[in-house]
Amino acid sequence: MEELSLHILDIVQNSISAMAKIVSIAVMEDDRNDRLTVVVEDNGRGMSAETVKRVLDPFYTTRTTRKVGLGLPLLGAVAEACGGSVVINSELGKGTSVRASFALSHIDRPPLGSMVDTMVTLIVCNPDIDFFYEHSTPRGKFEFDTRLVRREVPDIPLGEPDVLQWIRSYISEGLNEISGGA
Amino acid sequence: MKSLKELEEIRNKTQESVYLRKDRAGGVRVVVGMATCGIAAGARPVLLKFLEEVKKRDIRDVTVTQTGCIGVCRLEPMVEVYLPNQEKVTYVNMTEDKVSRIVSDHIVNGQPVMKYTIGVDG
Repeated sequence: MEELSLHILDIVQNSISAMAKIVSIAVMEDDRNDRLTVVVEDNGRGMSAETVKRVLDPFYTTRTTRKVGLGLPLLGAVAEACGGSVVINSELGKGTSVRASFALSHIDRPPLGSMVDTMVTLIVCNPDIDFFYEHSTPRGKFEFDTRLVRREVPDIPLGEPDVLQWIRSYISEGLNEISGGA
Repeated sequence: MKSLKELEEIRNKTQESVYLRKDRAGGVRVVVGMATCGIAAGARPVLLKFLEEVKKRDIRDVTVTQTGCIGVCRLEPMVEVYLPNQEKVTYVNMTEDKVSRIVSDHIVNGQPVMKYTIGVDG
């Protein structure tokens, strides 16, 4: 994939399949330690320790339609090629967290890409899931929480064009203010 | 800077149309394949283009949503369009450029764009 934000969109699909109700996505750009870290955490059904061991294997999938599952293996391969790794923690009935790290300045590291597009896509496709997104850079921190939006417009679906437009502008303005260049 | 307060105005403005829409059963559904294969092939810009076109034309009762792997990864991005009382139409090898044609011909006028469908373009 050309952008890390596409990997994030893909990894969150696992949370959606795991029936998560809340998914939090954190992006941390730390140039002092030359680290870019992405954490996706959910309160879905979680996995057993045995399953966790297998999810980075491309020939493991929970799907029955075919025999490969490439989302996490692809992310793992990119992280490892860029001086980082993917660490998965999960507990049955509690949820899962996926932490991917990269050397921020690594020449092969894909750009972060459009987190706005990823967030808007997730929100429009999953109207019943709440998303919390935080992004920190040396210039500051930005947070966005669909629960706050819902509180303001309790009777309107977040996928409503005007609401979605507001979300898009809110996130892109917020990210512009702290832009760290990843 | 955008403020949460602006949402209140949107709420007042939108509420009416949301209720209107709820009363109309059987809208159009646009379903985009969002598994790893779809995303890697470019599903995200295609989905966002559908949202943009629908908003631009102010078309009511269209739901844009996602599904997992539709099953023919080499033809991704794939999009299924469901019109009320019509058979599902599956579009393959989708690009942003194909979207506006599908919105105008199929979603607005009920004529599927055959040349973009599976079996023709596949």
